[in-house]
Amino acid sequence: MVYLKDVVTLEVNRDACTGCGMCLEVCPHAVLALEDRRVRIRNRDACMECGACARNCPVGAVSVAAGVGCAAAVINGLLNRQAPSCGCSIDPKNASAGKVGGCC
Amino acid sequence: MKWRQNDSSNEAVLFPMASPQALAAADIARPMRPPGLDQPFVNGAVEGPAGKIPRVSAKLTRRDRWGSIKARWGVGRMHYAVDPGLYALGSPDAGSPVLVTANYKMSFDRLREALPGRNAWILVLNTEGINVWCAAGKGTFGTGELVRCIAASGLKDCVGHRDLIVPQLGAPGVSAHWVRKMSGFTVHYGPIRARDIPAYLDAGRRATPGMRRKTFSLTERAVLIPMELVAALKPTALLVPLLLLVSGLGGRDAFVRNLIHDGLFSLTALLLAILSGAVLSPLLLPWLPGRAFATKGLAVGLAAAVALLSAWGMDLNSGRNLLLGGAWLLMMPGISAFLAMNFTGASTYTSLSGVRREMRWALPLEIGAGLSGLAVLLVSRFF
Repeated sequence: MVYLKDVVTLEVNRDACTGCGMCLEVCPHAVLALEDRRVRIRNRDACMECGACARNCPVGAVSVAAGVGCAAAVINGLLNRQAPSCGCSIDPKNASAGKVGGCC
Repeated sequence: MKWRQNDSSNEAVLFPMASPQALAAADIARPMRPPGLDQPFVNGAVEGPAGKIPRVSAKLTRRDRWGSIKARWGVGRMHYAVDPGLYALGSPDAGSPVLVTANYKMSFDRLREALPGRNAWILVLNTEGINVWCAAGKGTFGTGELVRCIAASGLKDCVGHRDLIVPQLGAPGVSAHWVRKMSGFTVHYGPIRARDIPAYLDAGRRATPGMRRKTFSLTERAVLIPMELVAALKPTALLVPLLLLVSGLGGRDAFVRNLIHDGLFSLTALLLAILSGAVLSPLLLPWLPGRAFATKGLAVGLAAAVALLSAWGMDLNSGRNLLLGGAWLLMMPGISAFLAMNFTGASTYTSLSGVRREMRWALPLEIGAGLSGLAVLLVSRFF
């Protein structure tokens, strides 16, 4: 299953890459590949912007505007004029979040 | 942590190189109460260097299974948690593997039930009772909490090695290289599904490509449906009496006759719309037209509306029936599209950018269809 075309914010910097392969290991949708020991985006539209690759890249060669693809969270964000929050947990810093029931 | 809130765009931007040290330094000092020995699933204790460590079994009891079922239906779900900290599965020793998980009871149970006959340490992070993947997305299953938990649990004195097995779906919150720098422990990302852990361990901590891919099979989608239904039926319960009242009022006949004729139709249409968006759309997801979830829900809702109208055998020569039918022809796809769109949060492959793109057209369409349908429904009462 593939979601919308050409929307994700994933970027790789092949020059910075050391080829450690960590980003490939953590990606749940096999978005990335190694080519000549450097990272390459193999299947961009399969990316769900979870941010695992960027967070586990020791040299900062992968970047993505990470977030959770959840409509209820986006609606909560709009209602509260804040970042998306799915309301799946009670956030002590943002008690008003979670007007729309989340799902995770 | 490494999430910066950008107020103008409502976006969490991830800076890959930023250090989590500032947060963790203050946090590591936070003391941690050892997990309670009186929790119902604890079946004993092993002696650790700093006191008793609760022991659990890979065998789930009827109570554990009933708890999972209840959580799937949203009963007590926000408080379905185990105490965070270190647990012993079986009789682990200094060489046993350390498996990290979240303190959502269902996550904890899926992990231990996957390891019959094995001895291991289970390090449970405090994710406020949220599962690994969702908590990693929020950062509560994260570098800071992991490092804090390692220190506070006394793990270093329980094991001779410095290796942790963290679920792959915890990686959005955990930075393996920072964990190593801050705690001395090496993070090994284990398989996505707990049931693959024995094979992963036996292969010397090697995961096959299949273990690293997140699927969204029919079964995986089906178990999520009760939660979708419960969420949808709560506002519906408020709406039904109102809908019946409106159906009874106006019209040519007496209140009760109206209620039976039009009220029953409206109630059926509403429930069918919910069924379309919260049950059929998730189940039929890969076979429905379009990529956007709202498109899929719209298609199911429209099909259901057409089916209902043709099956009901309504006399469409009457102006009231025509308006009533038209109202639900608008509202059913709108409701179904909204519910299907909300299923993005439960799905395993939607991105935030994609959901935003989808919502830009879908949300106005859904609200528009709902409100205009409602207006037509009200107008129909005057015929």
